[in-house]
Amino acid sequence: MFAFIVRRIIQSIVVMLVISFIGFSVQHNIGDPVRDMVGERVSVEEREAIRDKLGLNDPFWTQYIRFVGNAAKGDLGTSYFHSKPTLQVILSKAPATLELVLVSSIIIILLTFPIGIYSALFPRSLFSKIVMGFSTIGVAVPVFLTAIVLIYIFGVELNWLPAYGRGETVNIWGWETGLLTWDGLRHLILPSLSLSSIMLPLYIRLIRSEMMEVLETEYIKFAWAKGLNKNRVWLVHAFKNTLLPVVTVFGVEIGILFAFTLLTETVFQWQGMGFMFLEAVERSDTALLVAYLMVVGGMFVLINTVIDVIYGFINPMVRIAGAK
Amino acid sequence: MRKLIVLALTCALVLSFGATVGAKVLKLALDADPKTLDIQEQLSGGTLQFSHWVFDPLVRYRQDMSFEPRLAEKWERIDDLTVRFSLRKGVTFHSGNPFTAKDVKFTLDRFNNSPDFKGLFEPFAESVIVDDFTIDIKTKKPYPLMLNMMTYVFPMDSIYYTGTDDQGKPKDALLKVGYTYAKTALPSGTGAFRCIYREHGVKMLLSRYTDYWDKGSPGNVTEIILAPIKEEATRVAALLAGDVDFIMPVPPQDFARLKKDKKVELFTYTGGRIITVQMNQNRLEPLKDARVRQAIVYAVNNAGISKKIMKGTATVAGQMSPKGYYGYKESLVPRYDLSKAKKLMKEAGYAKGFEATMIAPNNRYVNDEKIAEAFVSMVSKIGIKINLKTMPKAQYWDEFDRQPADFQMIGWHSDTEDSGNFYEYLLMCPGKETGYGQYNSGNYCNPKVDELTLACQSETDLEKRAMMLQEIEQIIYDDAAYIPFHWQNHSYGVKKGVKAQAIINTLNFPYLGDLVVE
Repeated sequence: MFAFIVRRIIQSIVVMLVISFIGFSVQHNIGDPVRDMVGERVSVEEREAIRDKLGLNDPFWTQYIRFVGNAAKGDLGTSYFHSKPTLQVILSKAPATLELVLVSSIIIILLTFPIGIYSALFPRSLFSKIVMGFSTIGVAVPVFLTAIVLIYIFGVELNWLPAYGRGETVNIWGWETGLLTWDGLRHLILPSLSLSSIMLPLYIRLIRSEMMEVLETEYIKFAWAKGLNKNRVWLVHAFKNTLLPVVTVFGVEIGILFAFTLLTETVFQWQGMGFMFLEAVERSDTALLVAYLMVVGGMFVLINTVIDVIYGFINPMVRIAGAK
Repeated sequence: MRKLIVLALTCALVLSFGATVGAKVLKLALDADPKTLDIQEQLSGGTLQFSHWVFDPLVRYRQDMSFEPRLAEKWERIDDLTVRFSLRKGVTFHSGNPFTAKDVKFTLDRFNNSPDFKGLFEPFAESVIVDDFTIDIKTKKPYPLMLNMMTYVFPMDSIYYTGTDDQGKPKDALLKVGYTYAKTALPSGTGAFRCIYREHGVKMLLSRYTDYWDKGSPGNVTEIILAPIKEEATRVAALLAGDVDFIMPVPPQDFARLKKDKKVELFTYTGGRIITVQMNQNRLEPLKDARVRQAIVYAVNNAGISKKIMKGTATVAGQMSPKGYYGYKESLVPRYDLSKAKKLMKEAGYAKGFEATMIAPNNRYVNDEKIAEAFVSMVSKIGIKINLKTMPKAQYWDEFDRQPADFQMIGWHSDTEDSGNFYEYLLMCPGKETGYGQYNSGNYCNPKVDELTLACQSETDLEKRAMMLQEIEQIIYDDAAYIPFHWQNHSYGVKKGVKAQAIINTLNFPYLGDLVVE
């Protein structure tokens, strides 16, 4: 396990270096941050003076090495727009995104597992057919459309749920959470439903087909032959073996969930990292962009490591292969 | 810890809103919240709107564009270079400090440190305090736009913004990047509202200032909760759902919906921002010929664009200056006439047309990309094939300066609310040394226009000046120096009972201090 973790750390450092390099190369094509800082009418000389002060006129490598040096010390630069350290800006936005992803993941797990298993066990039932029909459409509907439709139905027409924002939040040890207030939870419903909508159909289908495949295997037939209780066959023997690919995909899909927070957060004015990222692109806040890529990159490396470890527990064969 | 207390107080405040009898809370959703609390840091509509809520200018525009005395009660020109302002007595800042001439001078001097405002205040010389409530504001040359510029002067609390803060930095520091006191501390102005809480990009709370000097103001809003909602559809949905009471701007595609809904109302007001396309004569030979440029102007059905693309949220333009400006000339109307356009092309020897390139932004002006596309298809009728490239504003302005295309779109709002500003930036001969024609990517150059524009800058006889401005307007119209499209309208969506009509204006500075809510 120790060797595994050390190897992972080295890998992640390389990954982070690559990310920082790509991010840094891209930022030069995204526009001039000084343009957005000053009014449209400010003279070229004034802008040049500001660029000089920010070190934006230095050669690429000088800027890059300075950035990596600072990053190694934990300083990812100062956001041009927020006038605050980028890390601080990102961390202040992180709770909103993490809560959104967390609640969406819970919705996904709570809905897809029972539905997926049910439709695998009773593929010919009416409910299964309806679910499959909807999931085909669901895969094709883009998330912002889902979001807008949800807003119009539940926000504007029915007026049940708030249309934007996080609502009332409570600060617990620096973590702004909306999970502990009634208002905050109400605000969470529409965004998390929209976000989970991108994975619900896919996931139901995945679980269903995996489960159906497992049900055909020899050991399940043997379990039946042994005369085991049907719940035990379904839930212990079949379901547990369905999990392995599902967990792998989930690891990757969490990444996709994060990617889709960009759209979801923008539609709902959800003050998270995705929203912040899109705004940073619009404002060419390049310092914040690069820092965001670094933080999200780091998070992905972490998530994948955790998934690998979980994997090892579910399927010991992986652990052996990984330890050689 | 301090943060926690502030937060607790805020929560208590928010909760108490509902409970207080007679409190009028206005929930306001903008496309973006003010970027900074330092009102002199950025010259933008957002910052100026905020300035009108939390601060007060020396004078401000009424709906008819005349000047309304605010912190300056009276003024008189005492010589060519000086105007003497008498200031209002008994005004206090939110901090409790009294307002005096010192604050005005402090504010004027501080403009010189602001990269954004410095250029605008370049004509001004050092002001002289006569007594506590009288100040002489001087210019370097005779200057006709004194009062226009005084609408930018929102006196800041000189006592509050002087000294050093807890980080040992001077409180009056003005920086574009990094921390300054004025950027982060809750501001102290003289305005109708105190800013009591701000979480950048998320929320701002404004509370009515009990000692506000303007007792005659009909305004009855006691609290404002300001939240940015960037996404257009969401902003409209929030209004329709009753989550907010006041939104701006309203996207054109939702005008019909707002008009139909009985719970809300839509207000629009003609703005001063003209949308134009410039034709680069240095890049493309045919554009040197005035007949070709005229042909293009004749080929553009800008009234159709205002109606079909802008859905009536724009006022079609035949000239630069909107109505109410001194340069506005009634006779200069839009000229859409396709057969005439074809004839002119033939006369110029380009009956077959030519190929050209164009760039336009896609998120800077309302429907900018669609307007550019419509333009391309309109001029294709006279044989001009344009290869259009659109890009986000973050990249656009650098491209604009490099002039990579023959046609470039630019919208312009005159900072001084005066016609001269259009000509100075968009139509005077571009020159690095002179600094004029800085955004004239058409490279139109007419010595007569230059001469008149410069003369207007120091002509204090306003009637004579108006004649000169109109003469310029006529010349550039005849020369077809640019292609005019329309002036963008400002739009506001409000809940029924919010009397927005009385407080909106051409400048897009809704005076929320005077807003009446039933």
